[in-house]
Amino acid sequence: MTAAPSLGKDLITLEELSADQIRLILDTAEPFKEVSERPIKKTPALRGKTIVNLFFEDSTRTRISFEFAEKRLSADTVSISSSGSSVSKGETLVDTARNLEAMRIDMVVIRHPNSGAARFLADRIRSNVVNAGDGKHEHPTQGLLDILTLRDHFGRIEGLKLCIVGDVLHSRVARSNIWGLRKLGAEVAVCGPKTLLPRGIEELGVTVFPRIEDAIQWADALNVLRLQLERMQSGFIPSLREYNRVFGVSRERLARAPGEIMVLHPGPMNRGVEIDSDVADGPHSLILKQVTNGVAVRMAVLYLLAGGAPDWRVPAGDER
Amino acid sequence: MTPILIRGARVIDPSRSSDGVADLLVEEGRIAGVGSNIVPPEGARVIEGAGKVISPGLIDLHVHLREPGQEELETVATGAMAAAAGGFTAVCAMPNTDPVTDNQAAVGFIVRQASLAGKARVYPIGSVTLGQRGEQLSEFGELVAAGAVAVSDDGRPIMSSHMMRTALEYARTFGIPVADHCEDMTLAHGGSMHEGVVSTRLGLKGIPSAAEEIHVARDCILAELTGGHIHLCHMSTRGSVELIRRAKEKGLKVTAEATPHHFTLTHDRCAHYDTNAKMNPPLREAADRDAIREGLRDGTIDVIASDHAPHHYDAKEREFDQAPNGITGLETALGLAIRELVAPGLLTLPELLARMSTWPARVFNLPGGTLAVGAPADLVLLDPDVRWMVSPEQMFSKSRNSPFLGEELVGRALLTLVDGRVVFELGG
Repeated sequence: MTAAPSLGKDLITLEELSADQIRLILDTAEPFKEVSERPIKKTPALRGKTIVNLFFEDSTRTRISFEFAEKRLSADTVSISSSGSSVSKGETLVDTARNLEAMRIDMVVIRHPNSGAARFLADRIRSNVVNAGDGKHEHPTQGLLDILTLRDHFGRIEGLKLCIVGDVLHSRVARSNIWGLRKLGAEVAVCGPKTLLPRGIEELGVTVFPRIEDAIQWADALNVLRLQLERMQSGFIPSLREYNRVFGVSRERLARAPGEIMVLHPGPMNRGVEIDSDVADGPHSLILKQVTNGVAVRMAVLYLLAGGAPDWRVPAGDER
Repeated sequence: MTPILIRGARVIDPSRSSDGVADLLVEEGRIAGVGSNIVPPEGARVIEGAGKVISPGLIDLHVHLREPGQEELETVATGAMAAAAGGFTAVCAMPNTDPVTDNQAAVGFIVRQASLAGKARVYPIGSVTLGQRGEQLSEFGELVAAGAVAVSDDGRPIMSSHMMRTALEYARTFGIPVADHCEDMTLAHGGSMHEGVVSTRLGLKGIPSAAEEIHVARDCILAELTGGHIHLCHMSTRGSVELIRRAKEKGLKVTAEATPHHFTLTHDRCAHYDTNAKMNPPLREAADRDAIREGLRDGTIDVIASDHAPHHYDAKEREFDQAPNGITGLETALGLAIRELVAPGLLTLPELLARMSTWPARVFNLPGGTLAVGAPADLVLLDPDVRWMVSPEQMFSKSRNSPFLGEELVGRALLTLVDGRVVFELGG
């Protein structure tokens, strides 16, 4: 595997990865899926490595998914959230970074409310940095697990048509999906009220559907974004009720699709707003598969950044 | 005072549309003669000017000197020194200091600090409203009597159209312009860069061009209503240039300035979250930059101003959203203007020097901007062809927040005189 692409020091965006690098992560995730199915869910791949999960913004799913990925790789991990840490005492990000560096850690997983914060940190420390979501910029591991879930289901990404539905303006998930899927040859569209679609989004190579009905006619799969309650208060939409009526993904709407159509959601869901319960829990849903794949993708990313060889084969799980 | 004779330089005086090789003699703080074969008086310093250019000292209508209140970023003295090093003999200091320059004592303080420093002249700009809060007019009469040359709430845009109308009308009594930072803040809505494909890519909240243009349009309409003089600060969009062109065709008292960064850079410069590319108004699209250049070429935009805005390293060394707006500009303005406007042939050197000296003097009704015999010797000897590297160690400003560090600029001040005194000499 001499010519295999490596990931470099950090994973900050899917925009800056090549198609080969994305495929490398997806392929590396495959054998890791199996680790989580074992009675003893552990492999020694990152034994002796120290990882800090630095969460400047609340997160349940992503943080726990990273923690499981780290623990199943046998890394030593510490999780810090902004409340109750030096950050709440006014420490700057650059000082936090330098202090971590001084403790000789190997990797940092960072979630931050400001776009660009992960890159900022990565440029200032020698440790590997994994972006677990920076502001409205990117959430690369979410993008990767979405792509892996689509690949599992459809058996391909090239030529697949995915439409991202909802609050694209404020979504880091949307941006990572757009870059990752397009690099692998998928067609990507966005659909939502114009108030929640960013200016110039077409220039990223996506189609814009003003109406959800048209998006459903076109797509093989929908990635339905969470609509945050604050969006109503800041005047982007009149009400959640109206949003559900105009853009909500319902079983009735999906029934009009010309063929099979699958639904993803990065979570947490607002049932009855952007997605109806019978869709979330029904046959169209890939949502829990996404969550399962999240752990495998994150294991793959951490493993590859730590310098793991892409041809890694999972050793027997009970050798310890 | 030692007389100075500069021999054989190209003497460009836009105030008299003159341009030719001559000797220029400075005596008793004034320009004593311009002509051929001037004999140096007893004890005069003689400088060979062959290949160099003498221009009226440059005048910058828009700088932030941070004193009083943020002396760790800049002081009147360090700002005036940076100005002199950039070829400027006079700068106009915006009033968003702490406390705000909204009364005669505050204006007097800046005048005094400038006079103690003895570098470039500093003309204070008073605030339009008390504390720049947009609620009650400052006492323009006292501000002007103490030395203010204009009023502005720069940095805290005047949102009330009524307040702007009142300011324009009241300012007419004193014959001073109202300089406006045009930004509809309800539309800018907390954005941190230009709204466009780059902000979409970076996931940063954008400020649409319309936020500036709405206030440019408002101000032009109010200039017509009141007959007052509106000066539009740091224009950044193609729409603004068009609105100003129309206002000037109607004969309104509208003047405008553009900064070197807005005629040089675009929002692509923000692509890596570089906080030294964060300013307000933000860097915009290539079509906007080109419109600003065209506006400068055809005179729609009257003058070049730096919007020199010093910030501490720590304040810029952070997340893009959280970093303050602005960059330093006094020491890079001339080199950028020659590189970006003269070298590609948009402006001739005399035209550029007019937009940086004679025209700014006229817009704010300031002395200077001329090499007429008998006028105070505020002038700059510059090398229009020298290529030099912007290096932080060589800067006089207290702050180093410039996106042009490490870049090669063309043209530089060699010697700057104020009242015939040498206030800057390169390598001196």
